[in-house]
Amino acid sequence: MSKFKKKKGGDLPAVNTASLPDIVFMLLFFFMVATVMRENTLKIENKLPNADQVEKLEKKDLVMYIYAGKPSSNYKKMGTEARIQLNDDFASVDEIAAFIASERASKREELVPFLTTSLKVDKEANMGLVGDIKQELRKVNALKINYAAIPGDVSKNNQ
Amino acid sequence: MAKRSAPEVNAGSMADIAFLLLIFFLVTTTMEKDSGITRKLPPMEESEEDVIIKQKNIFTVLINNKDQLLVEDEIMELEDLRTAAVAFLDNGGDGSCDYCNGVRDESSSDNPDKAIISLKNLRETSYAQYISVQNELVGAYNELRNKRALQLGPSSGFRDMNFIEMQKKYKDVKWPGNKTKLKEVIDRIKLEYPQKLSEVQEQ
Repeated sequence: MSKFKKKKGGDLPAVNTASLPDIVFMLLFFFMVATVMRENTLKIENKLPNADQVEKLEKKDLVMYIYAGKPSSNYKKMGTEARIQLNDDFASVDEIAAFIASERASKREELVPFLTTSLKVDKEANMGLVGDIKQELRKVNALKINYAAIPGDVSKNNQ
Repeated sequence: MAKRSAPEVNAGSMADIAFLLLIFFLVTTTMEKDSGITRKLPPMEESEEDVIIKQKNIFTVLINNKDQLLVEDEIMELEDLRTAAVAFLDNGGDGSCDYCNGVRDESSSDNPDKAIISLKNLRETSYAQYISVQNELVGAYNELRNKRALQLGPSSGFRDMNFIEMQKKYKDVKWPGNKTKLKEVIDRIKLEYPQKLSEVQEQ
């Protein structure tokens, strides 16, 4: 009966991979928990400046993001001057008021005073644009702002 | 053939499925790094009557188009700004500030409560330089507050804790210490060294 042929003796036994799914699942869960889906697709370059006196933004859901920077390589037709991006698209300065209003409307009323505006501005941008944004924010009384910056030494800013 | 156990589901492809998901999350993950310098903008309605501030209580910092600094009408490098700001804030010219360690120069600020830093920038100033300057000025305030925290802390039972750590501990839910007491110390330091930073953009 050669039906149940015995294996040749010389073979190394295969490594047991039964626990591989477990390991992969562990990694998977880690990344699932740690993941924050990007809310906006950036159409601008957004290299944040460095600063060493930064504070962490505490409540993610109470933050409104305003991006600014020059259009990225895919959007060259928009020019090379720094632009504002709100949600998923380019915007002009006077659209900020409407944006803030809609953000406020989407939050519970008692949380509105705690909303912070995070300005994610590319370090290449100049202050004219930032000044305009700030002026606009003052008009709608969104006074808590945060200049987004990466923890690091300020000397890196000038490179 | 009466009893046949159900055939086992082949779980060999489980790893593949898990890998697919894993790669998806790996790609979409952005480890969030939401940090920055928090500021408060002044409200829109300007008060009618002009507040009279003595010139010696104002520390003017001007950043020009070429990102150069003019501090109190003198050209200065960014590295020296923090020291200059600390010296100005901690001066204590009128002698009412008993915790100040400054030189008590009559021609500089009266006390930290009256001292105002005025930051002016032009439209062409780069944002990077502006943030650098903001950072140095906030750093100056933090330096003074840290120093004060190390003096005040031990008497309230918070030994070897600077201001930044105090604030961190205060926000930390797991910290076991006395939070009301800590809050008192933090508020006192904030009152002693208030952040008075005014920002102007010149056209």
